[in-house]
Amino acid sequence: MYSFLAAEAEKVDSFSLLPAMIAVPALTAVVIALLPKSRADYLKLAALVGSTIAGAMSFYMLIKFQVNGDFQFVTKQDWVPDLGLSLFFAVDGISLFLVVLTGLLFPIAILTTEPHHDPKPYYVWLMLLMAGSLGAFMALDLLLFFLFFEVVLVPMYFLIGGWGHGNRVYAAMKFFLYTMAASALMLVGIIGLAFASADATRADGTRLGITFDVVELAENHTLGTTASTIIFLTFALAFAVKVPLFPFHTWLPDAHTEAPTAGSVILAGVMLKLGTYGMLRFGLYLFPTVVRDLAPIFLTLGVVGILYGAAVATMQKDLKRLVAYSSVAHMGFIVLGIFALNSQGLEGAVLQMVNHGISTGALFILVGWIYERRHTREIAALGGLQKSAPKMAAVFTIVMLSSLGLPGLNGFVGEFLILLGAFSSAQWWAVLAAFGVILAALYLLWAYQRSFHGPASGDNATMADLKLSELLGIAPLIILIVFLGIYPQPVLDRISPAVDRLIEHVDSRVDDYEEQEPVPTDRTGADGLVAVAEKIHAEAKDGHSEDEDHSDEESQGDGGTESAEAESTERSAAEISEEDSE
Amino acid sequence: MIDLAFLIPLFPLAGFLLLFFFGRRLGEPVAGWVATFFCGFSFVTTALVFIGLAGEPSSERFHVQKLFTWISVGSFEVDFGLLVDPLSITMCLFITGVGSLIHMYSIGYMHGDPNFSKFFVYLNLFVASMIFLVLSDNLLLTFLGWEGVGACSYLLISFWFDDAANATAGKKAFVTNRIGDVGFMLGTFLLFTSLSSINYEDILTRSDELTPQVASIVAVLFLLGAAGKSAQLPLYVWLPDAMAGPTPVSALIHAATMVTSGVFLLTRLNPVLAQAETWTGGVIAWIGALTALFAATVAVAQTDIKKVLAYSTVSQLGYMFLAIGVGAYVPAIFHMITHAFFKALLFLGSGSVIHGLNGEQDMRRMGGLQKYMPVTAFTFIVGWLAIAGVPPFSGFWSKDEILLYTWDADIAGGKALWVVGIVTALLTAFYMTRQVILTFFGETRYFQPTNEEIQQAWANRVDSVRSDAAGHQEAFAKLEAATEKALADVAKREAAVAKSSEDLISAELAVASASESDDGYEKLTKALDKATKAGPKAETALSKAQEKVEAARDAQRESEEELISVQAQILEVENLANRVEVSNAPVTAGSAGPDISEIEDYLPESYTDRQDSEPHESPATMTVPLIVLAALAAVAGLLNLPFAKSTHFLEHWLEPSLFGNEHHLSSSGATKWGLAIFAIACAATAIFAAFSVYRNNRVDPSKIELDGMANAWWVDQSYADFFGGPGRALFNLFAWFDRTIVDGAVMGFSKGFSWFGRSMKLLQPGLVRSYALGIAVGSILIMSWFIGRIY
Repeated sequence: MYSFLAAEAEKVDSFSLLPAMIAVPALTAVVIALLPKSRADYLKLAALVGSTIAGAMSFYMLIKFQVNGDFQFVTKQDWVPDLGLSLFFAVDGISLFLVVLTGLLFPIAILTTEPHHDPKPYYVWLMLLMAGSLGAFMALDLLLFFLFFEVVLVPMYFLIGGWGHGNRVYAAMKFFLYTMAASALMLVGIIGLAFASADATRADGTRLGITFDVVELAENHTLGTTASTIIFLTFALAFAVKVPLFPFHTWLPDAHTEAPTAGSVILAGVMLKLGTYGMLRFGLYLFPTVVRDLAPIFLTLGVVGILYGAAVATMQKDLKRLVAYSSVAHMGFIVLGIFALNSQGLEGAVLQMVNHGISTGALFILVGWIYERRHTREIAALGGLQKSAPKMAAVFTIVMLSSLGLPGLNGFVGEFLILLGAFSSAQWWAVLAAFGVILAALYLLWAYQRSFHGPASGDNATMADLKLSELLGIAPLIILIVFLGIYPQPVLDRISPAVDRLIEHVDSRVDDYEEQEPVPTDRTGADGLVAVAEKIHAEAKDGHSEDEDHSDEESQGDGGTESAEAESTERSAAEISEEDSE
Repeated sequence: MIDLAFLIPLFPLAGFLLLFFFGRRLGEPVAGWVATFFCGFSFVTTALVFIGLAGEPSSERFHVQKLFTWISVGSFEVDFGLLVDPLSITMCLFITGVGSLIHMYSIGYMHGDPNFSKFFVYLNLFVASMIFLVLSDNLLLTFLGWEGVGACSYLLISFWFDDAANATAGKKAFVTNRIGDVGFMLGTFLLFTSLSSINYEDILTRSDELTPQVASIVAVLFLLGAAGKSAQLPLYVWLPDAMAGPTPVSALIHAATMVTSGVFLLTRLNPVLAQAETWTGGVIAWIGALTALFAATVAVAQTDIKKVLAYSTVSQLGYMFLAIGVGAYVPAIFHMITHAFFKALLFLGSGSVIHGLNGEQDMRRMGGLQKYMPVTAFTFIVGWLAIAGVPPFSGFWSKDEILLYTWDADIAGGKALWVVGIVTALLTAFYMTRQVILTFFGETRYFQPTNEEIQQAWANRVDSVRSDAAGHQEAFAKLEAATEKALADVAKREAAVAKSSEDLISAELAVASASESDDGYEKLTKALDKATKAGPKAETALSKAQEKVEAARDAQRESEEELISVQAQILEVENLANRVEVSNAPVTAGSAGPDISEIEDYLPESYTDRQDSEPHESPATMTVPLIVLAALAAVAGLLNLPFAKSTHFLEHWLEPSLFGNEHHLSSSGATKWGLAIFAIACAATAIFAAFSVYRNNRVDPSKIELDGMANAWWVDQSYADFFGGPGRALFNLFAWFDRTIVDGAVMGFSKGFSWFGRSMKLLQPGLVRSYALGIAVGSILIMSWFIGRIY
């Protein structure tokens, strides 16, 4: 099988895998839109086939992925060259598994759930959502990313508003406006960054020009502290709401609870990861020094999210809402890992993004099944379900144990690495966060007890157990839960090089920054954003003034620091932050 | 042979997988035998590895077997790797050995359970986890086993999940353990940041790189973890509740193996403890000693046969912690092994009793069972002698070692620790003797009516008197009606008499007014005659009717009196019934049971049925493990006899795992003998005291079984009150805060926007005119700005 795939891959080397992967669900959406409404059975089939093809492509990509830290499957084409826009898609170890996760969760979500009405637009929206999500994880052009980042809101808005429960319109509106408003400033930040960096030079002395290429920007931008901080904060707000980070999380319980099951699965499994992924790729990568300086704030918010999310989850009366709040706690762990700024924390965070997608996705599917059967999510109305539905109880137990971080199942590995990383660089935050694992056990076991244990009466006593098709539908997630708990190394091996590279980048940037500190040469500093306007002016007047660029470079002092950069790569961010705190 | 080590966890794991997928199809009892055999294979493998290890020179008994890399990130690397050394193999031997016996026992005990195969799924998974815990070569894999056994414990405690109490007990066990697990995790982190490794090989050989301060913190963190898993103060509260699980689970998990994990962990990390500041040893020892004493006092007043054993387990684990604290690692492990034998035996024995009594767990309902279950009784008595510290049974040797090392310890307050230890030993002998007497000797109180049955009988009697009274009431009503009827008759007769006298008068008048000459005169005189005669007749009838009334009235009065007396009787019986107290008083062997002469005929069916069904001995699958364990509990002292250096087998065997950190005794031979004799005297005294209280009724047991003891000194209760009260309120406050403040702020913000929007609406009235005006004004402003810049 593998050799066959490898041979095929040779032939299609020039084939642009990533854009094709986005195109498949997008085209499927078109096909579904063209199918006659009366053939409802074909609609689901088409969606299933489309998403499965995209999923298979993501697995193919996983197999073909080389174990190194480079961006792979690169597709780069000018789009609107005058504006510096490009179609730049690639994956590295950080985004690899998020793409695969997306490719996995969509077919499962489609397979295991049914829309209650209007299947046609439902599947169209789902397919567009898949295309958008894949795009967001693959885009390495800031504006392109932003486009996908925003585009996914629309299908999700319609999915919640159209196929949700109870208070769905309110929830959809709140979700849309909250995340939209928070990311509006990011657009300003993106444009500001591109323009403010236009005059920076590459290592070979060429001028950067206006570009939204993340790699170029991260390697070469020379923004001062203040400008970086301002732009980072515009990014951070958008991502914090998306994650969601305390106190920006209140859209989540509403959206999750009212969304249809597939919506909740995708929202928790895929869309929340856009926030943490964004923090890594567009926060840490672009603004290492700022992230390091502001890390205590985010560590604190992460820890608050862990403890607070768990405490609030404990008291929820609605099973789905409880799972929603558990996401707040889990995402807090991921944020903690990112801002631990060392390899254990970062790798743990990336792994935990995948784990959370699997476990919480499975939890939402299970809660959805209970709702389908019992027409309620009220915990108090359930009880004794283990008697009537032992198979569901078994599956629920495994997923629950994974979610509360039982060693041997997937959730533990990520959580442990995150806490270990955080303990190395931010000891006391880790100590507090560790108490989150007690609360996780409390709210999950309590919810399980009230729903599945105890005597069964009324409808609970006659609830149908899982059908074979349902068992098969959720089986991939269960298998992954066990596999990633026992043998996560293949995944970690693929994440490692990218994370190492990122840490190297962070370290060199931080070293530069520290060497600059004694002589602050903050040209684009305080008035960085204001300078944008001047630059546009200058651009218009003379876009190729080499002299000016050269003098810029000198004033930055970049030239002399290159050798120091190389030396310093061995130092970890952890050490540095330790030194700092002394 | 050492290379076979990987099979030790693999067998039960394979059994788990096999039963997980096919257990239901295999059914009863095949699933049980499959599980037993997989556990047995594991035991055989362990024995082979043991033989292999014993054949090596002691300095080389340290093998790491890497299976595969588990997690490797940056400088952090851990394997699925096994560490084969004397300590881990010792643990594996008794885990798989006792485990196999308990598997076999369960086949009988779980007979007829609808989830028979599932029970063995969990049991095999438990054994696999437990083996990973002890056989791991690094802290993280130990933690996998650590939480794995916790999860199995959770699943098995709540095995009979339809009872809410069982489900709650399972959850409580897991959550309480997790508190300890945080300590475990933080200890792991701290070791990693200090030594850059969490492999035992590095920790054990490089522990001197730790500063004493860090080593102390590490020790305390792992102590927290150990206190959770091994049910020490203040985290012991889950273990007594864990008795809600099936009894084999209590024997295997909550007595013999899992709860000793904490002792194992601290023993495993002995170089770290050695590196720590001296006070850490004192902390461990005091926690152990206080737990031992505390739990022993509670065990004295428990009435549930399993609760006694549960608190006893907490208490014995306290001994082991005490031993660790004073550096007596070998005695700790020695006691762990003997305890595994005798406590598993006692639990399985209690399970056999419960099985034989159809689920009865209250010792007040037992007694005299040695007649009915001789094997269970005999083996239980062996277990009792072992735990009570009677030589030559195993418990004596191990407990004596601990007390000796405590006496000898060079930590502050060592002698006080010894006093606590010996008092605990006294209490242990006392409560275990009490248990044996109450269960196996004296009256068979099983046949006596229970409190519920007595209450039922009284209720029955009240009902019967009431229905009796109802009959009387009916009779009385009838008589009353008869009297009425008689009275009505009298009235009729009286009317007749009156009519006859009227007739007479009118007849007389008629005669008087008429003359003899008249034609009808004769007729009239005849009528007069008739009327004259009718008078007395009617009067006779009247008096007869009056007599009848009298008679009816008498009958009625009589019936009324009866009725009143019956009603009085109801009151009396009701009073009696109300005065029947639910007797929770402590019982002794001779307790004759409640007086049932008043209600004998009214006792419910459950009582009469029981009289015909005698308690029965358990099947062979259950008694064979009992006999094997009894033999082990009797002779396990041989493992480490104190008489000569050469008889300290266990000490020599464990030496390579202890890195010379074992405390060296300085006491003289005379001291040793003195302490041993004193301990024996204490045990004898306690046994004698228990006999005089519970067998010979010399002292009222209610003077011994205090309220505080029965309620475990209200510790658990106060936890529950705290978490159910302020704790819950705090969490609710968070939930309220989230709804009202955090989300409120968001909604307030959005309301602000919508207000702003509504205000702005006024600027867009939809009149093209006003837009045009706006455009014009704007253009002028922009143009003037540009013009201003140019000039």
